[in-house]
Amino acid sequence: MFQNLPFFPEQASAQAGQIDAIYFFMVAVTAFFSLLIGALVVVFAVKFRRRHHDEIGVAIHGSLALELLWTVIPLGIVMVMFAWGAKVFFDLYRPPAGAMEIFIVGKQWMWKAQHADGQREINELHVPVGRPVKLVMGSEDVIHSYYIPEFRVKADVIPGRYNSLWFTATKPGRYHLFCAEYCGTRHSGMIGWVTVMEPMDFQAWLSGGPTTASPVAAGEKLFNDLACNTCHQAGPQGRGPVLAGVYGKPVELQGGGTVTADDAYIRESIVNPQAKVVNGFQPIMPTFQGLVTEEQLLQLIAYVRSLSAKPGS
Amino acid sequence: METPSYLNDGHGLKSWLLTKDHKRIALLYLISITAFFIMGGLFAMFVRLELLTPAGDLLNAETYNKMFTMHGVVMVFFFLIPSIPAVLGNFLIPIMIGAKDLAFPRINLLSWYIYILGGLFTFVAALSGGVDTGWTFYTPYSTAAANSHVILAALGVFITGFSSILTGLNFIVTVHRMRAPGLTWFRLPLFVWAHYATSLIMILGTPVIAITVLLVAAERALHMGIFDPALGGDPVLFQHLFWFYSHPAVYIMILPAMGVISEIVQTFARKNIFGYSFVAFSSLAIAIIGFLVWGHHLFVAGQSVYAGLIFSFISFLVAIPSAIKVFNWTATIYKGSVSLDSPMLYAFGFIGLFTIGGLTGLFLSTMGLDIHMHDTYFVVAHFHYIMVGGAIMGYLGGLHYWWPKITGRIYSEFWAKIAAGLVFVGFNLTFFPQFIAGYLGMPRRYHEYPPELQVWNVMSSAGASILAVGYALPLVYLVYSLFAGERSPADPWGSKGLEWEIPSPPPTANFEVTPIVTHGTHQYAPSKEVGIV
Repeated sequence: MFQNLPFFPEQASAQAGQIDAIYFFMVAVTAFFSLLIGALVVVFAVKFRRRHHDEIGVAIHGSLALELLWTVIPLGIVMVMFAWGAKVFFDLYRPPAGAMEIFIVGKQWMWKAQHADGQREINELHVPVGRPVKLVMGSEDVIHSYYIPEFRVKADVIPGRYNSLWFTATKPGRYHLFCAEYCGTRHSGMIGWVTVMEPMDFQAWLSGGPTTASPVAAGEKLFNDLACNTCHQAGPQGRGPVLAGVYGKPVELQGGGTVTADDAYIRESIVNPQAKVVNGFQPIMPTFQGLVTEEQLLQLIAYVRSLSAKPGS
Repeated sequence: METPSYLNDGHGLKSWLLTKDHKRIALLYLISITAFFIMGGLFAMFVRLELLTPAGDLLNAETYNKMFTMHGVVMVFFFLIPSIPAVLGNFLIPIMIGAKDLAFPRINLLSWYIYILGGLFTFVAALSGGVDTGWTFYTPYSTAAANSHVILAALGVFITGFSSILTGLNFIVTVHRMRAPGLTWFRLPLFVWAHYATSLIMILGTPVIAITVLLVAAERALHMGIFDPALGGDPVLFQHLFWFYSHPAVYIMILPAMGVISEIVQTFARKNIFGYSFVAFSSLAIAIIGFLVWGHHLFVAGQSVYAGLIFSFISFLVAIPSAIKVFNWTATIYKGSVSLDSPMLYAFGFIGLFTIGGLTGLFLSTMGLDIHMHDTYFVVAHFHYIMVGGAIMGYLGGLHYWWPKITGRIYSEFWAKIAAGLVFVGFNLTFFPQFIAGYLGMPRRYHEYPPELQVWNVMSSAGASILAVGYALPLVYLVYSLFAGERSPADPWGSKGLEWEIPSPPPTANFEVTPIVTHGTHQYAPSKEVGIV
């Protein structure tokens, strides 16, 4: 049982080193102060032990200087921790442009992944080494959380909205994937593996095996099957706004105000179309809540986004 | 012929169940929270037994999920939050301020009945099959997906909250209006300051959890769309509402324990506290700042980065007043006359373990680091260091320290020292390995786990069995002392404070004549001068 006793997780992402650095700093500070206080208490208890029955301690009321010292020094130390932690968080939060996007849908009790070119996985995630990967995640039911300990990344996966996380894997191998937000009976079974591959092997994996249509193609098919194209036409004569070129741009709303046409807005417009109606249009779009799954919503969004894609991307 | 005291002033069940005496109400609470502690401990025992092996082979997943949920619900709402205030606070605050009782004795009794009613709802929920949402009741799982007795448990929490609110109200009014002549705020025992600060949190925070669990019950029963996105609600709204109370709640659990430690350290070092006003004000600072940090539970929930930054910053600030207390307690021991009686052993244990627990909280306040650590066993270890290594040690220390006053009996110091040692060793063996397992990535609330984590889990479960013995021992020797313990004088420890100037156990009216106070507590030097009381 004691061979290969794991003390510390592997560092398998570019981010892991940063997080471990701050961790070690904090372990050092914790060890220092815990041992200091522990030692002082023990030493004082021995040195000043009561030697006879009526003995009392010396009357010392306090010392402003000491109080200031042990207020200001800890304050300084924690401010360093705060600033360092904030910096690391900003780095974790902002994916670099051009990160490879993979859609993740969590549902009780499995993880579904969809690659941009159509490759689908369940409870697995294949990624290439050395390339930034951004996971765009939604839930079909309750709150889950996508956690890869060896990459030191985690984000809650919440129904009704999208959360994302990003990482750059640095070591080929297989790493644990855990659901990290209690989600019911099989919460501890909602686990899997992240496989990091050399770029050549990843390409081979992408093209081999059964694939389905890419999310963009699947989204286009849905767009037509669900008759979205009858109102959202290519030209301005439709009953709904033109969608080409709209992704990522500000949209003027009825009653004033603008909103950016991002993933969240497009999703909301499909499931709750009356919420933010575009200025100049009638509020006649029916809701598709219950008629499309989270995965299908991601496909529709991918399609709408593709209508704004710059040529050659 | 027994000397008259509150214990024999009136006999029979009615004289206890309809009492208005704060001391008897404290004992009613003592018995009931001990029962809940045993219940919560049994749930923990099942959790740790299951986690001895990586596979889910002792309980099925649903039952396991109910075990950790019920452990949390019972321990937080029915043991930790009431424990010190309802038992020691109720007993001691009137005496420490020279009063005959609290400001509202009947409301005090009502608080106990409300607590029992809420506890009954929770007990019935447990007997009916339990609840499996985690003590945090996150939505939409709790409102839309869980198949367990959520509404019953939520109502149990809702009802018990009023017990907390009324106790807090009682304490605040009592401290403002019923201090004996000469007892200015800065002559109050630090135990009273700690409970005053705690009471502020109780009355301001508890209404929020009350409405929140009510909304959960409403959404579940009536399908109102508040938190469930399928009904148009926002699941993260629940988290904000829940933690707005539940973070200050942890300060409700720790502040009274800190008050106990201040009293114990002064008595057993025979020295007044170093930095009285700093320790007093730090209690208020913790209470106030503690209301502003709840968002550190939502760092990975997709909360705005800027909100996260603010919550992280303030979470670091709230650690400072706690650090000030630890340094002041340590400085109090310096040049004291230290006696290592069992209450002092618990106090030392508290100081060490609370320091570790508090510092590990800083890891979680660090935004970049919390991403990795959130919802892992690191968090579990952190809060158990504070709740068990801190709050429960404070409770046990206080129970031992004031046992002679409350019961008029002296317990076996030998067995008390053994128990304190077992608790300290057992506690560390249970929870330190969880820090390691957490950083390795073991998520919380996991019924099964990867096999390479087994060593840490076995150590943890082994520690839990030692801890259990350490907790069982006081049940035995404290109860034994009631029948066969040596009778205690008014001041068995050579302490200085109003509670040590009246008999052990006290008469119902506490003081024959209202004392006139001319100085603060724990003035040991000049040694033989007696204050005018």
